[in-house]
Amino acid sequence: MIEYKNVTKTYGTNVGLDDVSIRIDKGDFVFLVGPSGAGKSTFIKLMLKEIKADSGSIVFDDLEITRLSNRGIPKLRRSIGIVFQDFRLLPKKTVYENVAFAMEIIHMSPKVVRKQVPQALSLVGISSKAAKYPDELSAGEQQRVAIARAIVNNPTVLIADEPTGNLDPDTAWEIMRLLEQINQRGTTIVMVTHARDIVNRMGRRVIAINEGRIMRDEKMGVYGSEEDENSHHMGMYRGGGYSIL
Amino acid sequence: MIYSVKQAFKQFFRNGAMSTASVFSITAILLILGFFFLLIVNVSNIVEGIRKDFDTIQVYLLESTEYAQADSMMKQIGNMPEVQELRYLPKEQALEDFKVRFGDKAYLLEMRQENPLPNSLIIKVGRIEDADTVVKRIRTFEGVEEINYYQETVDRLIRLTSFIQFGALAVILVLLVISVVVVSNTIKLMVLAREREISIMKYVGATNWFIRGPFLVEGILIGIVSAAISAGVIAFLYHKIIQVFGTDLLVMMSTGLVSERFMLNNLSVIFAALGISIGACGSIISMRRFLDT
Repeated sequence: MIEYKNVTKTYGTNVGLDDVSIRIDKGDFVFLVGPSGAGKSTFIKLMLKEIKADSGSIVFDDLEITRLSNRGIPKLRRSIGIVFQDFRLLPKKTVYENVAFAMEIIHMSPKVVRKQVPQALSLVGISSKAAKYPDELSAGEQQRVAIARAIVNNPTVLIADEPTGNLDPDTAWEIMRLLEQINQRGTTIVMVTHARDIVNRMGRRVIAINEGRIMRDEKMGVYGSEEDENSHHMGMYRGGGYSIL
Repeated sequence: MIYSVKQAFKQFFRNGAMSTASVFSITAILLILGFFFLLIVNVSNIVEGIRKDFDTIQVYLLESTEYAQADSMMKQIGNMPEVQELRYLPKEQALEDFKVRFGDKAYLLEMRQENPLPNSLIIKVGRIEDADTVVKRIRTFEGVEEINYYQETVDRLIRLTSFIQFGALAVILVLLVISVVVVSNTIKLMVLAREREISIMKYVGATNWFIRGPFLVEGILIGIVSAAISAGVIAFLYHKIIQVFGTDLLVMMSTGLVSERFMLNNLSVIFAALGISIGACGSIISMRRFLDT
């Protein structure tokens, strides 16, 4: 469970988040949408404590992120998996090593590593490529490796930052089905995306952010109209309410 | 821990050119530093020797002073707690000493019919700082013609050497700062080369110390290698210096250079400590920016 309460973050005169309150329950599958610079990244970075909020509180399970000391950050991040648009695999390590790396650096015993890495690889359907290097894989396969790395430590939340941004539509859908599968195992998923058709066809919860504020929060939402893309016309659209379409 | 050491060695050799470059820079700095250290230690040693030679107070007695009077004077001086050694130097003996010291120019003295030197008392104080007190008391005695001691000379010498030592220390400090900067730059390049890896490590939840570990060990490795090389070079050079100047100096100053063994033992400990701290400081400083978030 993640709860933001009146969270504000500014960068000088620029607004990152403006008095945002929201709650994401365990097992949710949430799309975070909005134009570039709307505050999506700020939202994610605050959750990972890459940046500090100016005011308000963020609670993650029993951890109050906004009060967490730097020392506590590693513990927080071990319960959050993260996948990026550009995969961020280590080119000099094999697929297996890339995934194992995530376990080794948090001091998991070799025995556990040998057990869990194949499980994660098999879950994302890439077991046969374990000995290959990232540049020998297709983009979709690389993203699968990145997902395997993100879930191998069994995080409670998986953050996907435009995970389909570099993929063709078919591959993107394969990745979405994989995320759905992971979500069914109980992992909360927060996905930042600009992919309108994916959001619309998935029919999951949609949180639309613009100018640092939450514009819509819909249980089975759609990507939204042009208004979401165009921040200049958003002035009067300050609902932030919870409307079911 | 094992992971850190393994990674550090890997990086050290993978970035061979960079590691070698910084080892050379640090070695050069440590060498200069070592020479200043040799200078300081030897200057202090020589000064110490000079102080020992000059802690003598010579009390010249009036021609009219009888031996009995001198004897009672000696008893009083002998009772002073500061006085370590006391002896009576009759003028005949003083003349002999003079002749010996002047060597082939002794004929200058023989031209004179009479012995121009007075009887005197030679006093050694335990601590040279006490010389003043002793001298003041002796001044009040009758039968004393003149008192000669080298407090001022020694003072001046001590001031000069402490100036040298202070200067050398300042230079050493500047060099230390430079070497920390050199190491931190090297490590920074290595960190930059592995930025992606570090950012992944951070996202997965590696602790800062875990990320820092390999770079820390790497910095220390650079420090230790440099320290070993420079200790070797200094040991060799000091050996040569002692061979060439050692005995000359012994004759001139009556105190020789500090022994090779003493120097080498201390210098290797100092170099090892410096190498390790330069390496550690350098890498921690260079990592700070990357571990902020």
